[in-house]
Amino acid sequence: MKSTRLSLSPRAAERVIKVFVWAVALSIMAVLVSIVVFILYKGLPVINAGFLTEIPRRMGREGGIASPIVGTLLVTALAVLLATPFGMGTAFYLAEYTRDGAVTRIIRFSAESLAGIPSIVYGLFGFIFFVMYLNLGWSVLSGGLTLAVMILPTIIRTSEEAVRSVPTIYREVSFSLGGTKWQTIRGAVFPSAVRGIANGIILSIGRSVAETAAVVLTAGSALRMPDGVFAPARTMAVHFYILASEGISMDNAYGTAAVLIILIFLINIAANMLIDRLATKGR
Amino acid sequence: MAVSENKITVKDLDFHYGEKQVLHALNLNIPPNKIFSVIGPANSGITTLLRAINRLSELSPDARARGDILLDGQSVYAPQVDVSELRRKVGMVFDVPAPLPMSIFDNIAYGPRLAKVRNKSVLAETVEGALRAAALWDEVKDRLRAPASSLSGGQQQRLCIARVLALKPEVILLDRPCSGLDPVSTAKIEDSLTELKERLTIVVSPHNIQQAGRVSDRVAFMLSGRLVEEGANAEIFSNPKDQRTSDYITGRFG
Amino acid sequence: MRKLKGDLPERLFFALALSSISALALITAFIFIKGAPLIAKVGLFDFIFGMDWAPGQGKYGVFPMIIGSVSVTAGAAVIGVPAGICCSVFLTEFAPVKMRNIFRPAIQLLAGIPSVVYGFWGLLFVVPAIRAYLGGPGLSILAGSVILAIMILPTVISISEVSLLALPRQYKEGALALGMTHWQAIRSVQLPAAKSGIVAAVILGIGRAVGETMAVIMVLGNSVAVPSSLLDPVRTLTTNIGIEMGYASEEHRQALFATGIVLFVIIMALNISAQYVVRRKTK
Repeated sequence: MKSTRLSLSPRAAERVIKVFVWAVALSIMAVLVSIVVFILYKGLPVINAGFLTEIPRRMGREGGIASPIVGTLLVTALAVLLATPFGMGTAFYLAEYTRDGAVTRIIRFSAESLAGIPSIVYGLFGFIFFVMYLNLGWSVLSGGLTLAVMILPTIIRTSEEAVRSVPTIYREVSFSLGGTKWQTIRGAVFPSAVRGIANGIILSIGRSVAETAAVVLTAGSALRMPDGVFAPARTMAVHFYILASEGISMDNAYGTAAVLIILIFLINIAANMLIDRLATKGR
Repeated sequence: MAVSENKITVKDLDFHYGEKQVLHALNLNIPPNKIFSVIGPANSGITTLLRAINRLSELSPDARARGDILLDGQSVYAPQVDVSELRRKVGMVFDVPAPLPMSIFDNIAYGPRLAKVRNKSVLAETVEGALRAAALWDEVKDRLRAPASSLSGGQQQRLCIARVLALKPEVILLDRPCSGLDPVSTAKIEDSLTELKERLTIVVSPHNIQQAGRVSDRVAFMLSGRLVEEGANAEIFSNPKDQRTSDYITGRFG
Repeated sequence: MRKLKGDLPERLFFALALSSISALALITAFIFIKGAPLIAKVGLFDFIFGMDWAPGQGKYGVFPMIIGSVSVTAGAAVIGVPAGICCSVFLTEFAPVKMRNIFRPAIQLLAGIPSVVYGFWGLLFVVPAIRAYLGGPGLSILAGSVILAIMILPTVISISEVSLLALPRQYKEGALALGMTHWQAIRSVQLPAAKSGIVAAVILGIGRAVGETMAVIMVLGNSVAVPSSLLDPVRTLTTNIGIEMGYASEEHRQALFATGIVLFVIIMALNISAQYVVRRKTK
């Protein structure tokens, strides 16, 4: 054994390992936290009412980020609204209706494979299918549809896990009280799975808000305020990328990133509060 | 229907889970308005028997029943039987307290709501009646909106009994309803059962022999999926016909 | 005795469940339809093993980018995987409850930070540090590996943590009862028992690293050449698409889709092996 070769007593080895593991974990945390702190430190001073409410001018050198904020919200909302029913439907089908068979295997294989496909490939697909083939152009709709496909496997996986972790006894109780399959799913399974499902949706919102590669190829990078789902839009992540990589305005890039991080923070907090209310209300 | 007639008749019931046979040619007559206990060591097939009566065993995809179970002379396996309606008539209480993750009120109202009872005052009345019948009303009447999980284990199990009663069933099946409960809660549940048998038929798998002796009118002893013997309480406990029954009752195995 | 004919909800759920199959089919079909003609024209061998990428002169060889993707990913795995496993052991075994409750949501949150932000942070801190202390241009395989290692941490940590938590208590208790120290129990009982889950986590993490675009686009330098050291700049398959998709057209665009095919095939191979590992675990 390693510990004897190092001629350390198991107890001393234990102590060394413990210190090592603590050190690794804390330094990982330190790196991750430092990224957030750095962005906020540079970005917060840029944020003011004008930054949030004005449309970018001169390619983003001046003005605010109102249209990227709206673009982000629209694309994300569309993606989540589209993907949630499909993802939940799939999850309930897999967890409640089927015994393992060929069909289940294919569905599961597809979902797992979708989960691994890189966002740039989603971008290529969204571009060629939604933008070109279906002729939706660079638009909120194309971006939302592409992201919906991208987050679908996340929603499926988390929802299925949530549904499966509902104790069998709840189903048995509901059936034994005369519930049909559908009543049981709606009345007994869903309320206990809703927390897990909501967690999956939050995760998906986060991924959609943060995505860059897939949206820049499908929603475009137009700076004006999108006036509907057929209008092109630039999301905050794309805006940040363009400002930073083309060196247009570092200040505004930091500001955008800070708003983005705060937004993700707020989404997490709000969603957790919502989930807690759902859970304690008990129905 | 004549009082002397049997409420439930089990006829030549074989039960399989996949390849495994759990019940063998079981015959039982369960009279109305009595507490009927089924006793036996673990894996005797008692849970399967109870779940065959309300057809809950069908939830396992590989379950197969042969033979028949009659409720008031009608087969529960007949094609025209509405399973939901059957299960409303034949309620079930499980071996662990199983409140659904919702409020006390909603737990009791769950069954009636499934049966499309929507009227608020009817629901409120039903809930109160059921809680009173399960001797839980006084303890929870001020916090009907609290989550059911906030109740103690014994209260939760009485909640489950009340939940079944809210459907005004004709039969209640209880599968080791007091396992894991303290003696006080157990006594309360036993009292309610004794009261309830005035109105309905009770089939219970007691969690020990003492309980069977305390509450039952009739007792059936099962071993490895077969009925060993069945008779009145006094008969089984003081004068069993089969050696295995007396071994079990005196604690020589199981 | 049981007759299961699909009722309305079941059919609805089934229809929804077909979404992931159709999505995967559509993605595969459109990427291949768009990219395959170019591979056919250039020749599969010359496309994959060609050393020159010069769309202006009609030269399409992606070998340097394959090397780029493989080397950056391998680097990320070497750094990120041990750190991630270490961190999951920390969370499941050593961390005080309070700390765990801070760590876990924090890691979830960090998974939601846009990859462009990580890339930008790398450009500002990691790249100059490499340039100053190790030499070279700084924009390098090493910089990309460090950034990707940080990015795959949440994936590796959360999945290995789940498989460690899923172990029956008795494993650890049995090991401790045999007189093992805590660390001996972890090393010789728990980690081996959770092996397949951890392997799946690693494969999924590697999948994320191969597929990541925006984080590495800023720190790799993006030159099309086979690197000779960790400090050389490279271009990956993903960044090749990300950089050039904005202005490519005609044949050039087809070549980017063809790059997408190579990426897609690599990812699917990783996915399938991950699924294989997971399935073996559940059997």
